[in-house]
Amino acid sequence: MSNSVLFDAPGPKTVVRHRLYALGTAVVLLGLAWWIYDGFNDAGQFDYEKKWEVFTTPDFIRALLVDGLLKTLQMAFGAILGAIVFGVVFGVAKLSDHAWIRWPATIVVEFFRAVPVLLLMVFTWFSLGIKQDNSSFWAVVIALTLYNGAVLAEVLRAGINAVPKGQGEAAYAIGMRKTQVMSSILLPQGVKIMLPALVSQCIVALKDTALGTLVLAPGLTKVGTQIYLEFNNRVPTMFVVAALYITVNLLLTLLANWLQKRYVGEKKPLELTAVGNLNGGAGGAGGTI
Amino acid sequence: MRIRKAFAATAVGLFAATALVACGDAGSDDKEGVEVEAKDDCDDKFEEGSRMAELAAAGKINVGHKDDQPGLGFEGATDDRPSGFDIEIAKLLVADLCIDPEGDGVNWEVTISDNREPFLEQGKVDLVLASYSITEDRRLKVGQAGPYLVTGQQLLVKADSDVESIEDLKGKEVCSVTGSTSIERIDEKGAKGVGFDSYSECVAKVLDGTVEGMSTDGTILAGFAAENEGQLKVVGETFSEENIGVGYSKAEPEMCEWINDVLTASFDDGGWAEAFEITLGPSGVEVPDPPALDPCA
Amino acid sequence: MDAITENWDLYFRSFGYTVTLFVIAAVLSMLFGTLLCALRVGPVAIMRAAATTYVTLVRNTPLVVVFAFFSFAAPMFGLTFSFLDVHIGQFDFTEAFGAAVVSMTLYTSAFVCEALRSGINAVPLGQAEAARAVGLTFGGTMTQVVLPQAIRASVPPLASVQIAMLKNTSVAAAFGILEAVGQMRRFTNNFSSQRTEIFIFFALGYVILVLLLSFAASRLERKWRIA
Repeated sequence: MSNSVLFDAPGPKTVVRHRLYALGTAVVLLGLAWWIYDGFNDAGQFDYEKKWEVFTTPDFIRALLVDGLLKTLQMAFGAILGAIVFGVVFGVAKLSDHAWIRWPATIVVEFFRAVPVLLLMVFTWFSLGIKQDNSSFWAVVIALTLYNGAVLAEVLRAGINAVPKGQGEAAYAIGMRKTQVMSSILLPQGVKIMLPALVSQCIVALKDTALGTLVLAPGLTKVGTQIYLEFNNRVPTMFVVAALYITVNLLLTLLANWLQKRYVGEKKPLELTAVGNLNGGAGGAGGTI
Repeated sequence: MRIRKAFAATAVGLFAATALVACGDAGSDDKEGVEVEAKDDCDDKFEEGSRMAELAAAGKINVGHKDDQPGLGFEGATDDRPSGFDIEIAKLLVADLCIDPEGDGVNWEVTISDNREPFLEQGKVDLVLASYSITEDRRLKVGQAGPYLVTGQQLLVKADSDVESIEDLKGKEVCSVTGSTSIERIDEKGAKGVGFDSYSECVAKVLDGTVEGMSTDGTILAGFAAENEGQLKVVGETFSEENIGVGYSKAEPEMCEWINDVLTASFDDGGWAEAFEITLGPSGVEVPDPPALDPCA
Repeated sequence: MDAITENWDLYFRSFGYTVTLFVIAAVLSMLFGTLLCALRVGPVAIMRAAATTYVTLVRNTPLVVVFAFFSFAAPMFGLTFSFLDVHIGQFDFTEAFGAAVVSMTLYTSAFVCEALRSGINAVPLGQAEAARAVGLTFGGTMTQVVLPQAIRASVPPLASVQIAMLKNTSVAAAFGILEAVGQMRRFTNNFSSQRTEIFIFFALGYVILVLLLSFAASRLERKWRIA
């Protein structure tokens, strides 16, 4: 639905009124920006020597990018790979004709969607045996795998359900077996529909790695904390960390849009948020945030 | 892999850009620390089969520490190894096992409140020096020798505040760290503890006036007061006693006597006082008398 | 076991904070998210741009950073919530609570806006056209015709967003609120020998809350389903 459906083409009076609105909004936004800038400035937050020099020091840039961003990306990447496997297995299991497969799968998926990911991380961390090296890294990866995998299982189920009925019926008609129909007809199309949602889930995973600091995992927030504890520059560090997250996430969003154009065409994207409760079940614990 | 490549390109680009514009030079002054020489008398110092003999023979030890408490145990983003009072004491213990405290034989492992006991129980670390208060509940699971530091909780308020002690803040909010022992004591005193993630965050809250005061160990507070001279002050008597000890595994009770011996030696030869002076001294804390050690069970 | 069983009052009080924070932020984020969404599809270009930028930025920022902004950065330009000083029974709603509510609200609003936009897409074209045909303005079209249907159509995604927020309230533990995860961390510090039991009790608390919320959402969805 294009915007113009919601309102008529403006007449001369309305044009004037809209210009006034626009002006008002601009004044308010600029005022807000100035207020914030001025406050930070008075508090000395833009003082290069004290607050910002660390971000132009090569050692710290390396720490931020290599110990920070790269580790964060590795954790998110590992978690997404795991989540895809988990999601496909449990998504298909939830569609099974056999109740003894369907029900356990449903319970597992619903459980992992309901527990806060932070608690999952701590759980995994302890059950992994803290003794192993890199256990906190893997705790984050596994917790995010379980959580995002559970969400993806739902997405995949919705994706497969969105494949036109005729496809499966035609496949049965030419004599394919149930496994064949699923693996060569429904799943490929379902996955295709699921792609953009998958990338959105990457963003969620990436943002959730920030919670890893609480189980001693490396990553961007960890390095950020070390920096502001050493240089007492909470606000500048916050801006730098936020800027890095936003940049990477926007790149991922671009990727999502490109994937969608390439593989799904101009069809309406499968909104991740829209797949919680399609069938009115007791689900709905989406992982969109 | 495309993401990896794009990432590498961006990283290189950023590097080049900053190199061209201006290279900052933040935080390059090295942390002070006492030079501790490893001993070389370990061949028959320890009873055979004891954990100390094993560690000395292996030449390797894992030490758990904190990385977010400047002055006690802190590790910056670019530091090779941690620094602080806990670390200095750890170095004394390590050196007594004939392991070079500055060398590769020591593996410094970050611990937080949640994992100190599991780390010890599972043998991931041999010693914990992580501002580890001695409590009854903890002694159920692990051994704690010492204390090597006795601190008391005090109150940090704005310099122009009328508050003189924790009693003046009954029913008011006082900042401390979530899940720390300090926050429990605040509640016991009738004030309301609000928990943040680190003490420097509490300092920010006191400075901007959104909480009236913060409370934790006096040694830590003194550091913050010195950092913000004229804006913050430490007030009131200490209202709790925290005994900071060395954690070891319960499976190795022989560690206790050894730890106490090393601590006693450092009390006597001035090593303890020097460590205090160099780590906590700069924030204006007087070197106290060494604490009395708990006897080993 | 006795860590929890002897401290049920603390356990329930902490979940009380979780629920209060959730309910207030849920209501406010629905209101603000709807407003944002209206701006995003409205006729004034600069408002559209502002709302779109807001949603893009906030959606891509970790919640921890939003919290940090209102707890530590906002007081620097004079925005504090010190005026808030409400005490009800055992519960205190003060500065930190204000900052938490604002952070949760502003963060979640961006997601509410996205969910609603998908709902607006689901409203048949003829509805808006008919509204304009009978002479309703943009405001009238939105409030009388489009939004009521859009909100009904987007119950499932909105429920997902709010459930995610319920779990996200755990971040407030690091910003001065003694909600469930904050209380859990106090328990695990005081009773370190009973850590596993403590975790399980708190995880169960969350599972029950999420199930309740899912149940309410599916009831609402069935009741409101557009025939």
